[in-house]
Amino acid sequence: MRSNVSEYEFIAPGSLDAVLALLSAEPGAWTPMAGGTELMVALGAGRLEQRKLVSLWGIGELRGITASADWLTIGAGATYTDIRENAAIAKEFPLLARSASWTGAIANQNRGTLGGNIVNASPAADSPPVLLVYEAEIELVSAQGARRMNYSEFHLGYKRTVLRPQELVMAVHLPRGHRLPVEYLRKVGTRNAMAISKVALAGVGAMQSGKVQTVRIAAASLRETPARLSMTEAVLVGHALTSDRIQAARKALLQEVKPIDDVRSTAKYRAHVAANLLEEFLNQMAASES
Amino acid sequence: MSAAKIQLSEIRFKVNGVERSATVPPMKRLLDVLREDLALTGVKEGCGEGECGSCSVLLDGVLVNSCLVPALQASGCEVLTVEGLATNGALAHIQRTFLELGGTQCGICTPGMMLAAESLLRKNPHPDLDAIREGLAGNLCRCTGYMRIIDAVKHAIEEPILTADLAPEETVHK
Amino acid sequence: MRDATPTRIVGTPALRKEGFGKVTGGARYIDDIVLLGMWHGATVRSSIARGAIKDIRFGAGINWDEFVIVTAKDIPGANCIPLIVDNDQPVLADARVNHPEEPVVLLAHPDKARLHEAVEAVEIDYDPLPAVFTIEESERQQTIVWGEDNVIKRFLVEKGDVDSAWQHAAHIVSGEYRTGAQEQLYIENNGVIAEWSDADGLIIRGSMQCPYYVHKALLRVFDLPAEKVRVIQAETGGAFGGKEDYPSLIAAHAGLLALKAGRPVKIIYDREEDLAATTKRHPSRTRYRTAVDKDGHLLAMDIQVDLDGGAYATVSPTVLSRATIHSAGPYLCENIRVRSHAWATNVPPHGAFRGFGSPQTIFGIERHMDQIAKAVGISPEEVRRRNFLAQGNATATGQLIRDPIDLRGMMDRALKVSDYHAKRARFARENATSSAIKHGMGIASFMHGAGFTGSGERYLNSLVGLEADASGHLTVLVSSTEFGQGTNTMLSQVVAEALGLSCEDVSIAQPDTNRVPNSGPTVASRTTMIVGRLVHDAALALAGILREKNLLSEEFSADEFRAACAAYTAQFGALRSEARYQPPKDIFWDDAKYQGDAYPAFAWAVYVAEVAVDTRTYAAEVVNFYTVQEVGRVMNPVLAAGQIEGGVAQGVGYALYEKVVWKDGRMSNNQMTNYIIPTAADVPNIEVYFEEMPCEHGPYGAKGLGELPHDGPAPAILNAIQDAAGISFTSIPLLPEDIFLRMAEAPEPECLEIVGSAKGPQ
Repeated sequence: MRSNVSEYEFIAPGSLDAVLALLSAEPGAWTPMAGGTELMVALGAGRLEQRKLVSLWGIGELRGITASADWLTIGAGATYTDIRENAAIAKEFPLLARSASWTGAIANQNRGTLGGNIVNASPAADSPPVLLVYEAEIELVSAQGARRMNYSEFHLGYKRTVLRPQELVMAVHLPRGHRLPVEYLRKVGTRNAMAISKVALAGVGAMQSGKVQTVRIAAASLRETPARLSMTEAVLVGHALTSDRIQAARKALLQEVKPIDDVRSTAKYRAHVAANLLEEFLNQMAASES
Repeated sequence: MSAAKIQLSEIRFKVNGVERSATVPPMKRLLDVLREDLALTGVKEGCGEGECGSCSVLLDGVLVNSCLVPALQASGCEVLTVEGLATNGALAHIQRTFLELGGTQCGICTPGMMLAAESLLRKNPHPDLDAIREGLAGNLCRCTGYMRIIDAVKHAIEEPILTADLAPEETVHK
Repeated sequence: MRDATPTRIVGTPALRKEGFGKVTGGARYIDDIVLLGMWHGATVRSSIARGAIKDIRFGAGINWDEFVIVTAKDIPGANCIPLIVDNDQPVLADARVNHPEEPVVLLAHPDKARLHEAVEAVEIDYDPLPAVFTIEESERQQTIVWGEDNVIKRFLVEKGDVDSAWQHAAHIVSGEYRTGAQEQLYIENNGVIAEWSDADGLIIRGSMQCPYYVHKALLRVFDLPAEKVRVIQAETGGAFGGKEDYPSLIAAHAGLLALKAGRPVKIIYDREEDLAATTKRHPSRTRYRTAVDKDGHLLAMDIQVDLDGGAYATVSPTVLSRATIHSAGPYLCENIRVRSHAWATNVPPHGAFRGFGSPQTIFGIERHMDQIAKAVGISPEEVRRRNFLAQGNATATGQLIRDPIDLRGMMDRALKVSDYHAKRARFARENATSSAIKHGMGIASFMHGAGFTGSGERYLNSLVGLEADASGHLTVLVSSTEFGQGTNTMLSQVVAEALGLSCEDVSIAQPDTNRVPNSGPTVASRTTMIVGRLVHDAALALAGILREKNLLSEEFSADEFRAACAAYTAQFGALRSEARYQPPKDIFWDDAKYQGDAYPAFAWAVYVAEVAVDTRTYAAEVVNFYTVQEVGRVMNPVLAAGQIEGGVAQGVGYALYEKVVWKDGRMSNNQMTNYIIPTAADVPNIEVYFEEMPCEHGPYGAKGLGELPHDGPAPAILNAIQDAAGISFTSIPLLPEDIFLRMAEAPEPECLEIVGSAKGPQ
């Protein structure tokens, strides 16, 4: 334990309105904390710089998972366990349930939240690639009101997002009724469980008459933010998945990713494995019509 | 340095079935509250970053790493630690199978491991091998290679193997 | 005592002696203990690898009056931790530092929460000196960082005439193999509490393997007589060698703070500090040049073993010794030369870790045997069978194997239980038709010497005691420690068996140097065979004492024994027996030539790994792991299998997961989230089979087994990866990134260069 907890203020106003009022009254002064799976690690390591924290844990308005005709809405406070155990997610957005099941282990899944995973903005986070291929929208809220945008616009750069100091992530909305026939998700981590991803790739798509009709691909740990691989997608749409085309897609992927060397892996490995995963996904696509 | 001391919080919660309270900094880790303020030293610290699971407890019936739970967030909750597993001096099945089947060696991961097992069995009373491996994957053990722990979890739902009552081994160190 | 007679308690799964405390949370580890008025200590460490200390400044913003501060000047005795090489490793760096994370200043404060900030506020100015970080840099001897030549220890073992053998070779096969540092990663970090009083001197409680090592060190550091230092082992949450020598240093630190503070001081490392500062397994480089005949028989082995010892000698000489002796494997070869060196580098000293040098060289020889098989064109199984040592053969040190050994039978069994041949054939078929996952099978056969090497046990001269009270309850007095292996249980079984009692009739005294004699350190797979035997002898001696007074007949029941104890204590007072180590008559060792009987007994094993290599992610996974071992008599099947399984899991980590990332001599991935050990979801199915061939040296025929299981997994796994992927990897840890580098490139020739093929045998 490398911090002195006596130096940290921590309050739990208990309601969304109270938290938003606090954030608006002193923008930037208070750091929201949900399940603590990120910030408490920083506290233990002596690198939690924020000295005033406000608890989001247990705020019911943030935690629900609800469905309307067009959208499945997941409160930012929903835990990975909530996501894993939700029947609608399992049925309509199974990649999200799977990515939740791969995040940490049970104890982390019981405390870590979808909102926290998004706001923490790690390029290695497990949920964002899935949210990207499902074309999620994100809803941000402050005392002044709410705004909603495509999730793909949320991340600006390494650990930088559009979130303003007085805002919270309220929920993630997933469009219902657009499930594509091929869904792919693979995480390559440091081990089978309790692993941080070295590279992860999510893909959804549909073939029509032997050609790629729709495809969406997103990756973790390949750029400074979780990212859609739009160049790669562009190479594929409208084309038959010949081996030449697959090689072209691999090449496009390698051009648009910018992985790094770090303590967990190497840039070369990440890029190459991502291309392999892409190929595995495309082979599934190709096989989907036969 | 640490001049500006913050307001302490009074945390009231039920620990192993008993109402307890502690007046502590609100960011104090639940792990430290249990160990230092309540003397429940069966809760162990192995890494302090939610990686090893030695500090696992059940918080409102849910498995958590107590090193990552700030005290304030445990306020009003029910906490179960290893000290609360046995009832009226009788070991819980999971404790007996860990003991009988070699699920504990050095013992430092054992409290957290048993709580992870307890959490798993409450949700899934008949877990298959993959479910057991997944349920325990957040609890690192360096002694056993997990085989005997997995075995202990498999058998925890059955009748204990020994029929004799186990008394505390007072005479290990005399 | 080659004893195959039926036993009542030995060989049964007696319950773990201290298990109740461990499953109820009642067991008291060092951080669970709080003493009245206790302060907390912390260590300020060097930030550079090598340099002269110019100045130590205590920065602004801290009220230093609240702290107790200790530097090298405060040491009352010698500033060194005496172990094998004296006057080498200092307690606190004084004029210079020789590795990152070297202790320089100690701080104590009543509030633990205030320490971290204070540690950060101590500024140390250095004049940096050039440093070396690898075996290659050290052996170049351009920068001398230790002694006159950077060589901490060297050995030369010679058998037969190596130089003349090459001309007769059908094949000469050469190879170089490397292993990385490995962290013990006991889940309980290191910790010690020290108390000082003028009347009693220094009292140390801590997490440790060897209370008498700590005791010996503190006598020097504090310049105290033996009775003024008392060392007590607290319940210890794993050690694996990692708490063999380092606790002496922490105990000295806590003691210095306690002395100066005038109150108890507790030092508990957190994980980052424990990982960065304490010992790891020695990185190694082994080179084999072997001459074989056309049938694959070993004609000559020229072996070079090089270890990275780190900045101070600590246990490196003995680690190198074991590495050297095990480097020829369980094979017969008439001409062997082993040249070995432990090199100094400016990294934290490497130390003991389960296997103690033998996992490194067994990795080398067992990878190399597969390369020989390839060169000769026979199977990995066959090359081993043709070279196995047999009863009556001599090892590399000329040790005659007197006990029966059955490596061929163990090979048969290992191949049978693993379904080796059928699987290998199936995998070869399936791999050829290009599935994304390639499967393979790999073998390692090996041995592990039990007990201290050579004359070690004579020097240790271990002593054990046994006490009985009036009720006939027995207490075993040994300094041998329990840290998960089952010492307490095993010793209880020995006593209960010997005296016709039950395990409940036996207690183990807490290891406390005021109470227990020195039964030697708890290392080297020696506790069951050596200490267990002594405890057995002490039990018989105790019965002998009762018989001498005519209180007990030759045959006796438990009740008669109890009655005799009651009668004895009433008449004569305390009832206590002892047993001291007696060197076996027929065991000889020449330390100068490094020839003779290296160990009283060896445990033998054949392991088979079944792996899957994913050609998309380049990840290798162990699917099944089969172990057949001969460890003499198995004392407790549950504990013994637990030892094997745990050792295999560590070996899997050693092979495929556990990488220490070094940056300028410092571990840079010193967090559990970045130093990856296997979870419950990563370990393979592990199957454990014992052959039982009672050994005359241990109690009821037992030998040592604790370290054995760490020796074989890594080579078996890499052999299996070669079988699966057709690539010979020679270095561990073997991470997916490493496999990628070889597999993703254009298909290449066999890796292990086969240096020459002589024309043919003459």
